[in-house]
Amino acid sequence: MSQSYNRGLIEDFSRWREFEAGMWAWIFHKFTGWVLIGYLFTHIAVLSTAIPASGAETAVLQAGNDVYTQTIVSLEGLLLVRVLEVGLLAVAVFHMLNGARLLLVDLGVGLESQDKSFYASLVLTGAITVASVPTFIAGAF
Amino acid sequence: MAQRYSSFDKGGRMWLLQRVTAAFLLVVLAFHFFLLHFVHHADEVSFLMSAGRMETMSYYSLMVLFLLTATFHGVNGVYNALVNQGLTGTKRTVIKWTLVAASVVLILQGIRTANAWAGIPLY
Repeated sequence: MSQSYNRGLIEDFSRWREFEAGMWAWIFHKFTGWVLIGYLFTHIAVLSTAIPASGAETAVLQAGNDVYTQTIVSLEGLLLVRVLEVGLLAVAVFHMLNGARLLLVDLGVGLESQDKSFYASLVLTGAITVASVPTFIAGAF
Repeated sequence: MAQRYSSFDKGGRMWLLQRVTAAFLLVVLAFHFFLLHFVHHADEVSFLMSAGRMETMSYYSLMVLFLLTATFHGVNGVYNALVNQGLTGTKRTVIKWTLVAASVVLILQGIRTANAWAGIPLY
């Protein structure tokens, strides 16, 4: 029989000392999910500059002087954007790894190792993020 | 009896779709990050390079499917989170249809953008 858990409000931060690994996984998955959907809307809005850019002359496009290229290049020139991109990668990688863990849990795989797989998701997220910093920051200075 | 740890209704179509899109997004999001940050670099982006990729039908189709699945997975996730927090009644209906409307706008705008790169005159 399916069963719903009343987890209470996550906004009630005073409860954090009671949380176990599964609760942290739930909170982080939710938080990273909110960030990712927020980013998706922003991402499409920024990429939409390609619509007016598509009307530009070939020479303008070849020189990279169209509104799309200029918008992206300007944004990528900001160190803050580069740092936020590293943050986005961390958020996306955690959501993906923990999501894969959730798919396995839903399939009944590794139910006994749920805590371990959550810690593994965290460690792997940290490792992938740190390893990606040079690539993401390259050319920002 | 085996305990289920999910709060979603078993057998629900949305429950299944959320997981099917998750499995698809795992692969495609990893590909997207890898291609646009590690193979190419974000600061080297140009309209012509983006257009070059999007003019390939397989890439265009994959990106449109990526947009559709990401929008569904994200917006349905937000809806599930709000329902989990106790959203009910009229508020639930209003928020549901607001999210549906936001999804439609996002998908249309995403496809218009893809069309602008691909040279498809529907934007």
